[in-house]
Amino acid sequence: MIELRDVTLRAGKFELSCVSFLIERGQYAVLMGRTGGGKSTILEAICGLRSVDSGSVWLDGVDVTAFDPADRGIGYVPQDLAFFPTYSVREHLAFALKLRKATSKLVVDRIAEISELLGISHLLDRRVKGLSGGEAQRVALGRALSFHPPVLLLDEPLSALDEATRDEMYSLLKHVRLKTGVTTLHVTHSLHEARCLADRLLVIADGCVREELVGDASLKR
Amino acid sequence: MPTESSSANARKTPRRQWPFFAVMGTLGGSYVVLVALLLMGDTFFTSRGHIEDALLKPEIQAAIRLTLLSCTMSAVLSLWVATPLGYLLSRFRFRGRWLVDILVDIPVVLPPLVLGLSLLILFHLRIGEWRLEDWMREQVGWQITYSVPAVILAQFSVACAFAVRTMRVTFDQISPRAEQVARTLGCSRGQAFLQVALPQAGRGMTTAFTLAWARSLGEFGPILVFAGATRFRTEVLSTSVFLELSVGNLESAVAVSLLMVLMAGIVLVILRLLGSEVGA
Repeated sequence: MIELRDVTLRAGKFELSCVSFLIERGQYAVLMGRTGGGKSTILEAICGLRSVDSGSVWLDGVDVTAFDPADRGIGYVPQDLAFFPTYSVREHLAFALKLRKATSKLVVDRIAEISELLGISHLLDRRVKGLSGGEAQRVALGRALSFHPPVLLLDEPLSALDEATRDEMYSLLKHVRLKTGVTTLHVTHSLHEARCLADRLLVIADGCVREELVGDASLKR
Repeated sequence: MPTESSSANARKTPRRQWPFFAVMGTLGGSYVVLVALLLMGDTFFTSRGHIEDALLKPEIQAAIRLTLLSCTMSAVLSLWVATPLGYLLSRFRFRGRWLVDILVDIPVVLPPLVLGLSLLILFHLRIGEWRLEDWMREQVGWQITYSVPAVILAQFSVACAFAVRTMRVTFDQISPRAEQVARTLGCSRGQAFLQVALPQAGRGMTTAFTLAWARSLGEFGPILVFAGATRFRTEVLSTSVFLELSVGNLESAVAVSLLMVLMAGIVLVILRLLGSEVGA
């Protein structure tokens, strides 16, 4: 469950005020809005990389506003993917598990499981440099999901992909949701993406966040 | 079809390129020629015999050993300090950051003799009955002034500034995003630094180490004031040149100088091989 209560975020002249929404456990919410409207800022505030100016962030009923990002248990896929350049794909998938002192067997089993789920078993020994757009997205998703986070944040994960790869990723994201039941907040520009994936649709407009119906034809504006 | 005016403007011969290269090459090349002539002058002045004689002298051999030891110690200490400081300066905006920035650069612009004098004063300044030199000798068991630790500290004082600059540029060039994502995956700030940022900084760290080593090799003024120039005790190669000159042994001074040129050359080649984009 992700909940924002009266959150205000400021950065220079930019301000988002009184942002409140609740995404129930297991729901797939899509957050839309114009470029520079604060979509990524909201994600960064939820995962703790940016502090909120007022209000509070709740995850599964716990107020995590003052928590370090490490203690929030969120799987985060940023727009730039932000890979660790010196790590292999396998090391990316093992990273969060090793931090949690998982046994070697658990790490090996989880890497096998997640790589099979995401179709990246053949990439495990590759370096992240040189992966195709679709492969890179899958690896970033694998890294974020590796430690079974209850919450997944996706920042425009499909924006850099061609149409065929994007269709593949729609199926993959639906499959991941079915298998893991993870509560997801997905930021995008694409209404088509929202209609393909979302249970809930949140829209940022005029510095506020409001809920819209996923099938609302007027959203094209 | 060309008009009358356009055909009037059209050149009948190719534009000459050589005046540009002649002017730029002459101006810039004069410095390159100066450096080359300096090295050639040293080389022609000395002979293989002079170099062998110098290398066989026990005091020069002791100076070579101390130079290698002190430069390495100074470079290790510099890297040890510069890596965290460079990271903090690169990643964080904190109160007083500008002051830290200026303080780090002071040893670079300070006249070397003044730096040596400042070190001497620091260790001998009396605060009541307490003196840093006495405290180090009695509590840690190290005599600093006019001994080997003074050589290393004098070299470190300058070399570290260059290492800090190099490490700061290194971390500036590494995106902080990977460290941020590492923190969402469960890393503390320290783990993100050690497991994500540091592995990417390997080349910068090697450059910083090499640069600090080379700066330490060339240090003379602070060593002379703070450590003295005692044969078999605090003599490094730069002081050897001074001592040989002071007794009128020019051949030996030039031979030692060439040895230092060779060492500096090796360091420069390593720096170039590592790529000049970081800190060079």
